Amino acid sequence: MKLETAGASALAEKEVSVHTVSDISVEVVSDSGEGAQKCGTIFGSVSAKMGNGVWTVEIIPAEVEPPPRNPAGASGIRIRLGDKEVTNWGDESNVIVAFNEQALLGRHDLNALADDAVILLENMWATHPDPAVRKEWEDAMERLSHRSYRIIEVPMEEQCLTVVDNARKGKNMFALGLLTWLFDRDLERTKEQIAFAFRTKKPIITENNIKLLELGYSWAEENLDVRYVVPGMAAAGPMVVMNGNEAIALGAVAAGLDLAAMYPITPATSVSHKLGEIFEKYGGVLHQAEDEIAAAGVAIGASYAGKCTFTITSGPGMALKTEFLGLAVMTEIPLVLVNVQRGGPSTGLPTKVEQSDLLAATYGQPGDAPHVVMAPATIGECFDIMTTARRIAEALRTVVIVLSDANLATGVAPFPRPELSPEWQAGPPDQRPIPAGAKPYDWDPETGLSRRFIPGQAGGEHTLTGLAHDERSKVAYDSDTVQRSMTMRSRKLAVFQSTLLPPEINGDPEGGDLLIVGWGSTKGAIEEAVGRARKEGLSVSSTHLTFLSPLQPGLKEIFGRFEKVMTVEINYSDIVGDPYITPENRRYGQLAMMLRAQTLVDVDCWTRVLGEPLRPGKILQAIRQHMPGGEA
Amino acid sequence: MIMPSCSLLHLADEDDDRVFEMGDYEGPIARWCSGCGDHSVLTAAQRLMADKQLKPETTVFVSGIGCSSRFPHYMNTYGFHGIHGRALPVATGVKLSRPELDVFAVMGDGDCVSIGAGHWIHATRYNLDMVALLLDNNIYGLTKKQTSPTTPQGYKSNTQPRGSYLPPMNPLEATLGVTNASFVAQTAEWIPAHLFATLKAAYEHRGLAFVRVLQRCPHFMPDLFTDAVKTPDMIEILDHPEGIRAAGIEKIYKNTTRHDPADLNRARELAEDMSAIRLGLFFRDESRPRYEETRALQKRTAREKMDLLNEDFDRYAV
Repeated sequence: MKLETAGASALAEKEVSVHTVSDISVEVVSDSGEGAQKCGTIFGSVSAKMGNGVWTVEIIPAEVEPPPRNPAGASGIRIRLGDKEVTNWGDESNVIVAFNEQALLGRHDLNALADDAVILLENMWATHPDPAVRKEWEDAMERLSHRSYRIIEVPMEEQCLTVVDNARKGKNMFALGLLTWLFDRDLERTKEQIAFAFRTKKPIITENNIKLLELGYSWAEENLDVRYVVPGMAAAGPMVVMNGNEAIALGAVAAGLDLAAMYPITPATSVSHKLGEIFEKYGGVLHQAEDEIAAAGVAIGASYAGKCTFTITSGPGMALKTEFLGLAVMTEIPLVLVNVQRGGPSTGLPTKVEQSDLLAATYGQPGDAPHVVMAPATIGECFDIMTTARRIAEALRTVVIVLSDANLATGVAPFPRPELSPEWQAGPPDQRPIPAGAKPYDWDPETGLSRRFIPGQAGGEHTLTGLAHDERSKVAYDSDTVQRSMTMRSRKLAVFQSTLLPPEINGDPEGGDLLIVGWGSTKGAIEEAVGRARKEGLSVSSTHLTFLSPLQPGLKEIFGRFEKVMTVEINYSDIVGDPYITPENRRYGQLAMMLRAQTLVDVDCWTRVLGEPLRPGKILQAIRQHMPGGEA
Repeated sequence: MIMPSCSLLHLADEDDDRVFEMGDYEGPIARWCSGCGDHSVLTAAQRLMADKQLKPETTVFVSGIGCSSRFPHYMNTYGFHGIHGRALPVATGVKLSRPELDVFAVMGDGDCVSIGAGHWIHATRYNLDMVALLLDNNIYGLTKKQTSPTTPQGYKSNTQPRGSYLPPMNPLEATLGVTNASFVAQTAEWIPAHLFATLKAAYEHRGLAFVRVLQRCPHFMPDLFTDAVKTPDMIEILDHPEGIRAAGIEKIYKNTTRHDPADLNRARELAEDMSAIRLGLFFRDESRPRYEETRALQKRTAREKMDLLNEDFDRYAV
């Protein structure tokens, strides 16, 4: 480690080394409440506007206000910039702005920092009046010294106090100034972005923030000797930048959904925050129910009444809604459920990512309850998937579960601005007058499909029931009806699967040594890792599944083109060779389990539950280790 | 024609000249036990519909699970026989999204007071304009004699064979304790005139009308109201010009108490005092806010929504 007191050595004729990079990750870390995320978000937005690929992800402690200067309480944001599209949060960070050495240690402990990272560190703690604080600083420096970080001390507090009375409320904009100089961001655009970010606050806030930005910028200009250039791309067309939960909220509006019933649960709730802000002007109702179960019930009741509705939750909430999901499948009421997955089991890791609800979503309902499960892989897909999910739910008269996760929920990245279609706002399909004698479950014996009757339509009066029932919705326990009705509800999935395409192959469609199979938010990291592995000469490809139930067609044939197939997932699996774990008793990753059952191919898996998105570098290592004939 | 987005088509005609008889609302023959109180409530509901000329296609009966939750099957209307305890959330979804429909939630004591108790409290507060019927026979019947929250203390069941351990829950007292409660009444299935008058008042009330119907279960709680049926003086009728008055019962039910249903404190006292079986309107306040009205929003056309959405996207433009 190299420790430099830059403030003391303001070099008039310093030489600035400029590095042109195609991919770099930046972090701003602080105590909770110091605004690191605001700083990073503005920096990311400006970078996106300047043509960079961007992926930002917030580093959020579990508590609202954890104790200050504590490694576990580190709060902040990572911004990964690229000269082309950035699809994931990357590996380690290269440039860090830290407001105290303990938050920095928190990131160091998680191996989140590159060995040659450049760190701009607030130095007020080194000379703090409290000897305990000074001791913590010294100890931290000792621990950090075992890596080759370059730590540059920055007198943030001292500088900020020249503009504001409370530096805690200003350091983030000073830091933004540092980054703006370091990465040669457009100063005017940054000021505009600050004005936008604080548009609801008093004008003095924006004024001071711009002063702090300029202060940070000129401090960096005078004192720093390194700058980075990340070339921008020419935009292919109009782009928008947002996180996955905002995309789901806007997607729900675009899909014509006009009632969202929910109960607050992390990390799904910010969808409701967005809807709470905008939904009413569209005539949409956001109903915060008394509990998760009631939220499902209200959505189902409204859907039964002909409205296009959805409910949104995370894993523990989905568990509570389970009985209602079975009812919707049984009574063939269209329902979209969005599950923004978090770490489990139980309360688990509310703010962290996992993909552990796949089996619960697919098989978690008592009895046989066939329904559709699908997963967006990108932030743009979070928008698109809402319209798709609604249409599938209505066409099949069943439940569609959308599995997003905390990685998509909080990741912010640009995607092509969707072209909206008013056709998405059409009412439920097939609302012809109900002919005399029509049956509420007039299953087509070939497809199991039937039209739904909506209250208010004369001639359609019937009582739907969660009990076993026949075509007329009459309670029926006879063997023939039970077998037939189960067949009809299940047949719909096969009919739906027949409309799907096999998944595309990233890499070599002809085949090769190893095929990685993924689903959901890991797509960007997997494809980056596969790309790097292929550059190393490894014969590896990947494919990514949007539909998990029913599975997309053609998988067995695709798997046959590769010597080995392995899923990469963020859920738990046993590792063969661990105590007691054998190939026979090994518990597989959740998609692996489904693929093995469905294809009878000996699908392997590499899954990890680290409380963070998978890093492409770690997937690359796993690929190297799991190549056929490799060490694993 | 420019339609609001997600429009529903071919709904009931506003002005049709159909005239409905009670029989028009009858579904298949009810399969409850003979002597079950549910039969009376079913008849009263059909009588109410004929009285009010409600259209079968714009009326929705929502129920949970239990003997009484078979109710919608025996009505010729739209019906939703859902899951145990959850009639009120489903009914909330129906009414919230289609305020023009007439919605009735039918629950047993297990549904409302036990497994769905959370929804009962919140539905009372939401105060949507619908009728919530608690068909309370103080026992689980369908699953064959288990203790319910309203089972009398000491009563022996299959789950508490040495007698119910605790005093029974008082659903009137509980409902009257909920903020924004707007209509609380009690009636009995063996007094059809009072039952009908109560359902009628409940239907006419603008807001959530909570009606507890005292019921006998001939199989599993046969003696519960035997004395009350034989001894009309055990029943105390709440009487007031603003209350519920059932024509023709005054000769039999002479034990009356004057109670102004606007008086919430007195209503709570009367509900809490278990020394008499009180029937009538405990409380009514039509000025309480109704959830569906607070959430009534302007409908937008598809084109308007696309324009608004484009504006929202502008805020995220790179």
